[in-house]
Amino acid sequence: MTRDAVFKVENLQVSYGPIQALKGLDFEVKRGEIVSLIGGNGAGKTTTLRALSGIVESQGRIFFCGTDISTMEAPSRVGLGISQSPEGRGIFPQMSVLENLSLGAYLRNNKVEIADDLEKCFALFPRIRERAKQVAGTLSGGEQQMLAICRCLMSRPKVLLLDEPSMGLAPLIVSQIFKIIVSLNQEGMTVLLVEQNARMALKIAHRAYVLETGRIVMTGTGAELLSNDSVRRAYLGI
Amino acid sequence: MQDVLQHLINGISYGSIYALIALGYTMVYGILQMINFAHAEVYMMGSYASFYAAKWLGIENSPGLSTLAILLLTSMISCSILSLAIERFAYRPLRKAPKINSLITAIGVSLLLQFLAQLFFGAQPRAFPTVLENQTLWTFGEVALKTSDVTVFGVSILAMLGLHYLIYHTKTGQAMRAVSANPTSASLMGINVNRTIAATFVVGSSLAGVGSVLVGMRYPKIDPLMGMMIGLKAFVAAVLGGIGSTMGAVLGGLIMGVSEEFVAGYLSSTLRDAIAFGLLIGILLLKPTGLFGRATSEKV
Ligand SMILES: Nc1ncnc2c1ncn2[C@@H]1O[C@H](COP(=O)(O)OP(=O)(O)O)[C@@H](O)[C@H]1O
Ligand SMILES: [Mg+2]
Repeated sequence: MTRDAVFKVENLQVSYGPIQALKGLDFEVKRGEIVSLIGGNGAGKTTTLRALSGIVESQGRIFFCGTDISTMEAPSRVGLGISQSPEGRGIFPQMSVLENLSLGAYLRNNKVEIADDLEKCFALFPRIRERAKQVAGTLSGGEQQMLAICRCLMSRPKVLLLDEPSMGLAPLIVSQIFKIIVSLNQEGMTVLLVEQNARMALKIAHRAYVLETGRIVMTGTGAELLSNDSVRRAYLGI
Repeated sequence: MQDVLQHLINGISYGSIYALIALGYTMVYGILQMINFAHAEVYMMGSYASFYAAKWLGIENSPGLSTLAILLLTSMISCSILSLAIERFAYRPLRKAPKINSLITAIGVSLLLQFLAQLFFGAQPRAFPTVLENQTLWTFGEVALKTSDVTVFGVSILAMLGLHYLIYHTKTGQAMRAVSANPTSASLMGINVNRTIAATFVVGSSLAGVGSVLVGMRYPKIDPLMGMMIGLKAFVAAVLGGIGSTMGAVLGGLIMGVSEEFVAGYLSSTLRDAIAFGLLIGILLLKPTGLFGRATSEKV
């Protein structure tokens, strides 16, 4: 069975002024996969997602479903089906939960379909339905993360980029969120997951890459990396 | 009692013009965290656009609703085009530079426009076209309500209601609020940040264009430096209301207009212009975020 690449990235480089954060990455995300990107603080995980979404300038080539999107502006990439829940969640704290969700569907016009998708989101996240009228900034951290994922889904994405969805959350909430990621994937969603919580990320990943100071130093299936000695020592604390 | 009412009418009428101009400062600040000093000169250019359009159409002395409509449109469109050009060529290239760079550029653009106006339009004051016949509509003892008061107030209210609708009930408005809250998140939603910023400039400068016609109706004399004082007062009104807040700009403008009127009427008319500065110092001392301002935490 051939699975076409949702993302194919060649020699991806990003610099912030004199600091080169990404020093030439090559990787792939295939349709239907959960791919995890793990690495320590400052390794370049967030920068990688920012480059894929087009909110930071990059060199090298990024192919999305076969088309070169390297020079495409961020909003057009959203239109193609790339949706990101950024580090820190990036919700609009002064707006209501509903309005955050409607911003997720900003590029869409079919009101009937949008209302349908809102129902689906609510079914997936009953907590978000309960909070719909509330101001987003008053939600708990876990609820805000759910809102951020919901908002992504409102754009009908082909791929979800999730930047540290577990950040700052209690273990119970983290496992809830990871369950939802898995169930979304089982329904066909392709996911690129960035995590410092390497154990969880590797457990649910089909494949994973290890990033160290702007370079990919290791790759394999989630299970392979979970049992790899140097990964265990560096990222799992064993 | 009667003169209190008269001062109130005048103050609200002038205050609503301050409010219109203050909205431009506050909207641009809300989205770019930058004080657009050139806003006052965009307003001035709007007056000249009306002046020349009226001359060219031969309607300088034919007051009426159609004249009002034509001048409003001319001024709004000219102000929009000018501010789009300023945004595109002076501010946008500096978007990623430190804020102080765009601030200095804004002052530079402001001076440039003043000098260009002196060069091309002449430094001597000109007479603004007669927009409406200023009749007294209603009297109560010595209190008079004039066409100009009603028009200024009515047009301002319409413009503000239109703005409210735009900001809270249209996609463009939603995009403006999203960009001013978090530009990166906004672009992750598919919002074109540059286009949204440009739209904000268009809206803010259109309101200044409306203001320029309304002021011309009450004080039909225009000159290249006319933007300075009113721009400063509108800016103070925006700070008073809490810069970044549209509600605050409206309230700040009204407070400014009314307090000026009362100070001029009961204390001394030479103090009229001092009010703005007094208010500014007062707010900066007592409540630097203004009436509706939210305390912003510096992002790391
Ligand atoms: N806006 C920025 N300006 C300058 N340097 C940055 C910026 N963002 C990230 N960096 C640097 O780029 C490198 C990678 O950062 P990042 O992608 O955030 O890593 P991670 O998400 O893996 O923690 C780090 O060295 C970081 O200091
Ligand atoms: Mg990060």
